[in-house]
Amino acid sequence: MTTDVAEPVDAVAVAPAADPGFLQRYGTSIEYILIPSAALIAALGVFGIFVFLFGKNPLDLYFYMYQGAFGTWFSWQNSLTRAAPLILTALCTALPAQLGMVIIGGEGALLIGALSATGVALLLQSAPPLVVQLAMACGGMIGGGLWIMLSGGLRQFRGVNETISSLLLVYIALAILNHLVEGPMRDPASLNKPSTREIGAANMIGSIPGTDVHWGLVFGIIAAIASYILIYHTVFGFAARVAGGNIRAAKIVGLGVSKLILTICFLAGASAGLAGMVEVAAVQGRTNANLAAGYGFTGILVAFLSRQNPLAIIPVAILLGGISASGGLLQRRLGLPDASVQVLQGIIFVFVLASDALYGRIGFLKGKS
Amino acid sequence: MADGTIGLWTVPLAVFGGAIRVSTPFLFVSLGECITERSGRINLGLEGTLVMGAMSAYGISYLTGSPWLGVLAAGLAGSLLGALHAGICSLPRVNDIAVGIALMLFGTGLAFYLGKPLIEPTAPRLPAIDFGWWSDISQVRAALRINVLFLLGVVLAPILGWAFRTTRWGLLIRTAGESSDSARAMGYSVLGIRLRATMVGGFLAGIGGSFLSLFYPGSWNEGLSSGQGITAVALVIFARWDPMLCLWASLAFGGAAALGPALQSVGVTSGYHLFNAAPYILTLAIMIITCSPKRTLTGAPAELSITR
Repeated sequence: MTTDVAEPVDAVAVAPAADPGFLQRYGTSIEYILIPSAALIAALGVFGIFVFLFGKNPLDLYFYMYQGAFGTWFSWQNSLTRAAPLILTALCTALPAQLGMVIIGGEGALLIGALSATGVALLLQSAPPLVVQLAMACGGMIGGGLWIMLSGGLRQFRGVNETISSLLLVYIALAILNHLVEGPMRDPASLNKPSTREIGAANMIGSIPGTDVHWGLVFGIIAAIASYILIYHTVFGFAARVAGGNIRAAKIVGLGVSKLILTICFLAGASAGLAGMVEVAAVQGRTNANLAAGYGFTGILVAFLSRQNPLAIIPVAILLGGISASGGLLQRRLGLPDASVQVLQGIIFVFVLASDALYGRIGFLKGKS
Repeated sequence: MADGTIGLWTVPLAVFGGAIRVSTPFLFVSLGECITERSGRINLGLEGTLVMGAMSAYGISYLTGSPWLGVLAAGLAGSLLGALHAGICSLPRVNDIAVGIALMLFGTGLAFYLGKPLIEPTAPRLPAIDFGWWSDISQVRAALRINVLFLLGVVLAPILGWAFRTTRWGLLIRTAGESSDSARAMGYSVLGIRLRATMVGGFLAGIGGSFLSLFYPGSWNEGLSSGQGITAVALVIFARWDPMLCLWASLAFGGAAALGPALQSVGVTSGYHLFNAAPYILTLAIMIITCSPKRTLTGAPAELSITR
């Protein structure tokens, strides 16, 4: 009996010694996957206990969550559709994070992007659809980009904290949206739900062939890969990471910090603005208050869970898209309130942040040198 | 005058009454955040605390029939969230701003979850004192119906200022905020001080939330707070971490927030949403004017991550 138990322990102890370089090389990467996953599982566990306290069976909860998120082709499509704006809004937090900035105003840039895209589409009613779509994408990106650039500029030139200013700009963006939608841009035919006029069925960007998932997902994946290349494989990205690590060192070697901040913030906002354009051109068909669905806020969580890595954002956004897609099923089958997804997201967020304390502390990943 | 109409005076009067009514949550949250930030930590999660406080106050007031128990429950819920914030921030290498964002999402989510059954019922409200008994004009009477919580907040502000200056506790909080090394050298636990400061801050923010659900607007729904918590956090920055300045700033904010409804009451309805955004625009404008990239703000606690 004793040998049975001892053997695997020995095997674990011996395996790293056989190849000491492996853990040294990949230990950090393994940590980046292992720790957030553990945080996620712990959060799901706590959420299970939480619903158990309300008299629901946690196993039912996990089953329906899986069913609603990834159980069927239908739910896969639902999850992927929700992942599209999440990838784009997560980039809005992850890109400035490379510079050490915490931007949480993705929701505002999304709304402004949606408004600009709708405005452009309504102005170009007679143009061919492809022109309208391209113009909408540009409009959305420029609108959202300038919106977050405002936060970056205020930080750089006036010393205004970018976290607070970007969040204040969310509420201002929402007010502007409500004002325009109920006033100057209102479609007189929209009675109960004030909206702008529709951009027209021909101008919608449609679905990826063979699926119900719209093209926004592809936009998101391209944006994430492009951001990854920009940050990790270009001189510009290297400069940004230097400035994020040590702003004084960056100034000493002569990096234009202002330019870096403004450009990165513009790209970040442009990405969230594109999310707004996608929501208009692929889902809503018009701008109204439905657009403030909280994608911008969930995007912050996606960015933190991915440890601000643009490539990791893609799978994490799909996972979080799945969680929000399962909300409907949880409501119908278990009678949980619609806010339960939000509670789970909050718990995940708390656990992910608390898990920051674990990095570099897991003994067997250190790879003794 | 006899028919009770006062014409265009309605607007400034409504702004004045609104300033008192609307400023109370700003006041409590900013005083609470003032304590937390003076100890060297920023809690952005007070937005969530505010909503959680509003929900707990409404629920307890409905269940027990006593709004004051509701206020207490709101404070306790707030200090629990504060303890959670401080607990996570005590772990090494955890960023307090990020934890604040997480608790903002968690607090609002939890409040919406637990508060679902509370949207229908009506809970007993907090009482107000009628200071307008001498007037025949209904608008004047309405403007001068002042809630007890507001008066408590007004009394609390100078007491806090005095406590920061002269009491042992005030000194400890300021030491932890200015130089955690000195506090540690004196043999005090910086984490312990910040834990208590964040819990007291959460308690006050929770009370601010109870005002929302138990007095004005006076019901529980999911759109109850839209950014008052975060505005109040920003307000502390330009109030220079001074409780008395927090009081004046809150009143100014309440006035700005009351402008939209006041104009609507005299028939100016265009731009209603833009006027509703006035407090946010005002916050941003004041931050742009008062901040500077070249120097840290006067009065800023040296340990505070947001000003470094």
